[in-house]
Amino acid sequence: MPVTTIDGHEIHVDDEGFMTVYDEWDETVGKSLAAAIGVEMTDEHWGPIRFLRQDFKSESVTPTLRRVSTVGGFDTKKLFELFPKKPAKKMAYIAGLPKPHGCV
Amino acid sequence: MRNLVILGGGTAGTITANKLRKKLPKSEWTVTVVDRDDAHRYQPGYLFLPFGMYQPDDVTKSRREYISDDIPLVYGDIDRVDPEAQTVTLMDGAVLPYDQLVIATGVTPRPDQTPGMDDEGSWYTDVFDFYTYEGATRLAEKLRTWQGGKLVVQVVEMPIKCPVAPLEFSFLAEAFFTERGLRDKVDITYVTPLSSAFTKPICSERFGHLLEDRGITLEPDFMIERVDTDSKALVSFDEREIPYDLLVTIPLNMGADYIARSGLGNELNLVPVDKHTLLSKKYDTIFALGDANDIPASKAGSVAHFEIEVFVENFLQHIAGRAMTGAFDGHANCFIETGYGKAMLIDFNYDVEPLPGRFPVAGVGPMSLLKETRLNHMGKLAFRWAYWNVLMPGRPMPISAEMSMAGKHMPADKVPVS
Ligand SMILES: Cc1cc2nc3c(=O)[nH]c(=O)nc-3n(C[C@H](O)[C@H](O)[C@H](O)COP(=O)(O)OP(=O)(O)OC[C@H]3O[C@@H](n4cnc5c(N)ncnc54)[C@H](O)[C@@H]3O)c2cc1C
Repeated sequence: MPVTTIDGHEIHVDDEGFMTVYDEWDETVGKSLAAAIGVEMTDEHWGPIRFLRQDFKSESVTPTLRRVSTVGGFDTKKLFELFPKKPAKKMAYIAGLPKPHGCV
Repeated sequence: MRNLVILGGGTAGTITANKLRKKLPKSEWTVTVVDRDDAHRYQPGYLFLPFGMYQPDDVTKSRREYISDDIPLVYGDIDRVDPEAQTVTLMDGAVLPYDQLVIATGVTPRPDQTPGMDDEGSWYTDVFDFYTYEGATRLAEKLRTWQGGKLVVQVVEMPIKCPVAPLEFSFLAEAFFTERGLRDKVDITYVTPLSSAFTKPICSERFGHLLEDRGITLEPDFMIERVDTDSKALVSFDEREIPYDLLVTIPLNMGADYIARSGLGNELNLVPVDKHTLLSKKYDTIFALGDANDIPASKAGSVAHFEIEVFVENFLQHIAGRAMTGAFDGHANCFIETGYGKAMLIDFNYDVEPLPGRFPVAGVGPMSLLKETRLNHMGKLAFRWAYWNVLMPGRPMPISAEMSMAGKHMPADKVPVS
């Protein structure tokens, strides 16, 4: 597993740059990861990211977009505005979680 | 006397009932199956109905005929499960107590979950599914007289049962229109929420090429927001539009509503279970088998079959108060029709994606993996016989439940560098 440094934090990532160790993440790391993919974090962005973190903790899988909307209560259209083109993937990346699996 | 109640008498429920009835002493256990009606449909046959390759009679048999006589079959719609009281209530008010429950009610396409999709005037006029008996037979009527235009084959969201079926439908449609001399009048687009043709990389590449060779346009990363039935277009959340004349959709697949009412499901009404034992994460009296659970494997009859092989022994240990020693590996095995009398075959599990090679015997086959052959097509057609005569009665199939690496090889550029 490659190790990379973000803002002075050492983090473990997979081949595509998704973080692999849950506890290596904090919001400063999240902010830098967001910047790396061109997303500037606002209060609106943090809502779903915090939901992803919390949901992963209890379920051990990265939530799908549907779950973020039905369980987390976030509007899907809005998620597409906040994290353009591939919200599920981008949110997982910023939240320091594994890439959402394609669901076989 | 203890009660085992099995909800759903489709692929998984039927095999489970027949296998467990043979293993559980009659003096100690009753086994009961609940389903809403007596029509057991061979769903893989739905793929062939629209093209007139199968007729309606080919896919339907009596459920009762395939469930052993010593297993009561209760007809009724399930209203709710009370996991604390360990009872199942049917819509007509009947109450069935259980000691152990198997949930095998599968998933159902839900066009009502996408705005516009099932609007009156469009649904079964120019918007169709082929994942239901009704959809597949209505689409057959439509295709008999359709004169061409924009055909859009679209997947709303994963997971869906038989994830290769929409691709197979596209290949068969291409061949169907070519054979009828209409191909130059039909423009085919394959629309998917995935980033490529399929979920697994090597497979995806091969299917991607096959779509290209057949002149089928691929529209990836399309998350549908709604169907605009006035302008006849699919609209995505990022505001892309895809016009259609004939839309063949795979709607959102969801577990049964009673699962939600009983507090047993996730956001898609799938029952969260341990992926190796299929025991509910919440209750040690409930297992969910087949499409109804949330394991990260394909929703396919083959998965139901392999998982039950492991489940049966586990279940006997479980009711004897012992730890379950079997672990399901996610094994799936599917034929993929590609049209013109040929098919491919894939074999994979939780950890290993579909690879090229020979199957089931290494070096000998006779089937080829990830390659289009006539023999694979014959295999797919022969499977209907095996389904009714070997699989449903719970007889042994000559394929191991655990996936084997024998005969499979990694393409050179994919071999992990050590
Ligand atoms: C077009 C198509 C092609 C396919 N091709 C293949 C293939 O080539 N190979 C393969 O392996 N798989 C294939 N499949 C998938 C396969 O059919 C399913 O994975 C399999 O049927 C799952 O079995 P199951 O028992 O979980 O669900 P099902 O077989 O769907 O059974 C569920 C049962 O539960 C009953 N039920 C549901 N809700 C209730 C309720 N509330 N009350 C009472 N009863 C209820 C239903 O009536 C049904 O009988 C295909 C599916 C489709 C649609």
